[in-house]
Amino acid sequence: MILSTVKSPTHTLARVFLGLLAVALVPAYAEAQSADIPRTASGRPDLNGIWQALGNAHWDIEPHQARAALQMVPGPIVPVPAPEVVSFGAVGAVPPGMGIVEGGEIPYLPQALATREANRESWVTLDPVVKCYLPGVPRATYMPFPFHIFQSERAFFITYEFAGADRNVYLEDPGEPQVDSWMGQSVGHWEGDTFVVEARGFTGQAWLDRSGNHASYQLRVTERYTMTSPYHILYEATLEDPSTFSRPWTIRLPLYKHIEDGARIGVFKCVEFVEELLYGQYRKVP
Amino acid sequence: MTLRFYGFLFVLGLGIAAEGLIAPAAAQAPSRSASGWVAPRTADDRPDLQGNWSNATLTPLQRRSGRAKVLTTQQVDDIEHGRESVVIERSAASDPDRDAPEAGGTNPICIDAPTTCYNEVYIDPGTRVAIVNGEPRSSLITVPANGRIPALTDEARLRIAESRDFNSQFGQYDHPEVRPVAERCLISFGSNAGPPMLPNGWYNNNYTIVQTADHVLIMAEMVHDARIIRIGDGPRLPPDIRPWLGDSWGHWEGDVLVVETTNLHPLQQYTSEKMKVTERFSRVAEDALLYEFMIDDPTTYAQPWGGQVPMKDLGEKLYEYACHEGNYALSNILMGARYQETVDADANRD
Repeated sequence: MILSTVKSPTHTLARVFLGLLAVALVPAYAEAQSADIPRTASGRPDLNGIWQALGNAHWDIEPHQARAALQMVPGPIVPVPAPEVVSFGAVGAVPPGMGIVEGGEIPYLPQALATREANRESWVTLDPVVKCYLPGVPRATYMPFPFHIFQSERAFFITYEFAGADRNVYLEDPGEPQVDSWMGQSVGHWEGDTFVVEARGFTGQAWLDRSGNHASYQLRVTERYTMTSPYHILYEATLEDPSTFSRPWTIRLPLYKHIEDGARIGVFKCVEFVEELLYGQYRKVP
Repeated sequence: MTLRFYGFLFVLGLGIAAEGLIAPAAAQAPSRSASGWVAPRTADDRPDLQGNWSNATLTPLQRRSGRAKVLTTQQVDDIEHGRESVVIERSAASDPDRDAPEAGGTNPICIDAPTTCYNEVYIDPGTRVAIVNGEPRSSLITVPANGRIPALTDEARLRIAESRDFNSQFGQYDHPEVRPVAERCLISFGSNAGPPMLPNGWYNNNYTIVQTADHVLIMAEMVHDARIIRIGDGPRLPPDIRPWLGDSWGHWEGDVLVVETTNLHPLQQYTSEKMKVTERFSRVAEDALLYEFMIDDPTTYAQPWGGQVPMKDLGEKLYEYACHEGNYALSNILMGARYQETVDADANRD
């Protein structure tokens, strides 16, 4: 649509080029954008509802083939699952995934890459989500749990089933975050039909997936929520963190709307479920 | 009031169960006040309940004996200035030459002494008594008329006794499960997220409300608990699914949002599997909501009970209450008890 405004024949080449670029950068998602999507009273895309990512990004956001476990140790012939996770068998094996990172690879600085490898070697001990800690941003989006967006004319709030994580996305910028937090401070605005959220003020403790990918407290995430149909959101997030990455990088994945009757997010207060993990060693022994 | 309040909650919190409720016809809130103020409305033409609100108050849940429903000017003055002077006294600079504080700290204020104690720095129960319909109130409870939680039924007494008997086989620091739910970071102390949503007499009595045509979301700052209230009708949860904040369904009666909740979690305050909570939310002023609640549970209480709680514009942001992520206390409490046991065992050997 934008390209059709370019009238001059001398721009034909540019049109073709831009067209190819658009196709390359924004896969088929953009086709349906702004057509047939529900809208609020003020004409904004209506993102209200329960959404969830499909796929295997929560295991590893980079492209990966299947592997036997998240945490491996050397074996006599090939690496084998670590003792801490071996009893999970096939349930603990990592399914393959095409990844959600644009370009495939996260541009880590060398030290940060070393940290990722160390994280991976001690996954079950170090992954904060194992302890039911808040998942952070953007990980909350593609956890294998749904989340509920509440959008009114005055507010935009996301509550996630996993650990009951919440984000109040402010529509007016309150300025510098007053305190670091697991889910960060989020400020949203509309760019056309895309809801853009700037999130910062993180503790730096949250990971990005189960494979040890990580960022620091300097992380800034720019998320873009674009409805491409009544049932799909194209979710894009650009991560900037000069102490961890050599350049900003972007993830991109579709979110799917729950359309079943009576759909609701459940209550998954996993704090209770990890008490044995965290406190079992301090129980009184009769 | 705070300590008695918690004492009560602790007793009831040991695993009571309860049954159905009937909302009284609470006063319909005016959408237009005498002064001509008109409640702001949402895009779907409902009163706008959205914003950040606080139900902190110096008015206790239950009325003290000897007080009428409405406080006298002198009583209001005593309560509010009494609290103010406590704050001033406890906020005074410490004497740098003082001796070590007594075990448990200086002026400890305890939920569960001696392990769950705070000092004045952490306490923010509010600075004013609750004012409803222009009346300074002596208690949040208004039904029954004596402002007190009604007597427990025999069935409830039996449940409490059985629960107490079961728990008596454990020392209070033996296992994480015997510690209070707030210490375990499962939910707030008190009943912040509720329902009923009550001030905890402690701190962080803050809420964010977001309202759409088919949902109302209420996030309690405490333990970032988000209640999702579904507006209209739909499939209820089966009886054996009892999430922490229950199953809440709302409808509008004129300009009042009425919410009915069942299926509350067994470890929630006040609950039984039969309990029903009915809440009424009204926008009564630019800077205030009126929150009303009724608890109906004939298996637990001799009669339904409920009350009125003003919610004032907080005028501030809420922050992430990441309780569990920083819960060093629970490890230390249990670890300390195990250490004490080894010390005691050594002493007995000597």
